[in-house]
Amino acid sequence: MANPIAQFEIKPLVEINLGGLDASLTNAGAFMVLTIVSITAFLVLGMRKRELVPGRWQSMAELSYEFVAGLLRDNVGSEGRKYFPFVFSLFMFILFANILGLLPYSFTVTSHIIVTFALAMVVFLIITLVSIARHGAKFITYFVPSGVPMAVLPLMVPIEIISYLSRPISLSVRLFANMMAGHTMMKVFAGFIVPLGFAGVLPLGIDVLMIGFEFLVAFLQAYVFTVLTCLYLHDAIHLH
Amino acid sequence: MRILNSTIAVSLGASFIASPALAAGLPQLDPQNFSSQLIWLAITFVILYVLMSKMALPKIGDVLEERQQRIDDNLAKADDLQSQSDAAAKAYEASLAEARAKAFSAIREVKDKAQAEASARQSELNTDLQAKIAVSEKAIAKARDEALSGIMDVAVDVAASAVEKLIGEAPKEASLKAAISAALKSRA
Repeated sequence: MANPIAQFEIKPLVEINLGGLDASLTNAGAFMVLTIVSITAFLVLGMRKRELVPGRWQSMAELSYEFVAGLLRDNVGSEGRKYFPFVFSLFMFILFANILGLLPYSFTVTSHIIVTFALAMVVFLIITLVSIARHGAKFITYFVPSGVPMAVLPLMVPIEIISYLSRPISLSVRLFANMMAGHTMMKVFAGFIVPLGFAGVLPLGIDVLMIGFEFLVAFLQAYVFTVLTCLYLHDAIHLH
Repeated sequence: MRILNSTIAVSLGASFIASPALAAGLPQLDPQNFSSQLIWLAITFVILYVLMSKMALPKIGDVLEERQQRIDDNLAKADDLQSQSDAAAKAYEASLAEARAKAFSAIREVKDKAQAEASARQSELNTDLQAKIAVSEKAIAKARDEALSGIMDVAVDVAASAVEKLIGEAPKEASLKAAISAALKSRA
């Protein structure tokens, strides 16, 4: 039976060494390149006709724009417009990485904790910097919830700080664990299909159901990551 | 801080995979894989950000804005036309009402005039007829009187000849006349 973990292995394609640092183009790197190429092709080719009444492809490209713009407008408000390219890039990167990972024999970029954690850290650093740039020293008051009695503050402030610091962890682990668990489970069931002979129809049926479910998860996790980023941005801009 | 968080995250990730046998060989937890992924993620994400912010998003934004503007323009134009047609309809209705009132007044005028003319003619006719009737009545009375006096002569003649034949002697004219006039008077 095939090892369900084998799909997550990193295989170098082109060895590159930057002063002792391994910068090889691996299958992960190749799929990141494929992800951004797909996104750019999807949007630029979809919009190349600039039709007043859009066709199917152009509609999808516009829909992705309006979806993220609406998300940002609803959750952050008009101040969020500045961060639209970043939030949009984030959403599209995660969505396309998730969906490309569902193709057979492909690699799922977002199934590696280091990638999701790096993305979450970028979000975390940006919201912290935005908050400090906007509010300066008042940023500290974020950790002091208003309307709480003084007596409870020694308890509340550490809780607030811990919850703030755990944001990148929850953000990254949620995405990574979802992607990895789904792909592992599908592979486990797939491994049963041939050895079980005729009864292999059962795990096959489960995998058919699961691939549909995984497409939902692929979209949902990209959406959740983006919505949380928007909410954090809202907190950073408005301090609660 | 970043390293600390990363170790927390990795240990959390590891606890997600319950079986320690799987975790041992998990490629995600092999730090040897980290640098190449981080470097390529940084490269690709920065390129994606630049491509999106400089190329794809302005293009889509332009198209959407253009469409919105077009829609707004058309709506404004439609509103304009609507108000124009409303004004035209109002003017049409006003002129229609005016024309109707004018027609009514004209009809009434003509009717009144005709009525006045008819009644004038009627009264003229009446007086005319009255005069004619009076003249005729006078003529009739005269004719009757003439006829009556004629009857007297004829009656005297007839009575004289009848009496002469009966008694062979002509009666006196004066007594005949008296008798006949008495008889006529009693008949009349």
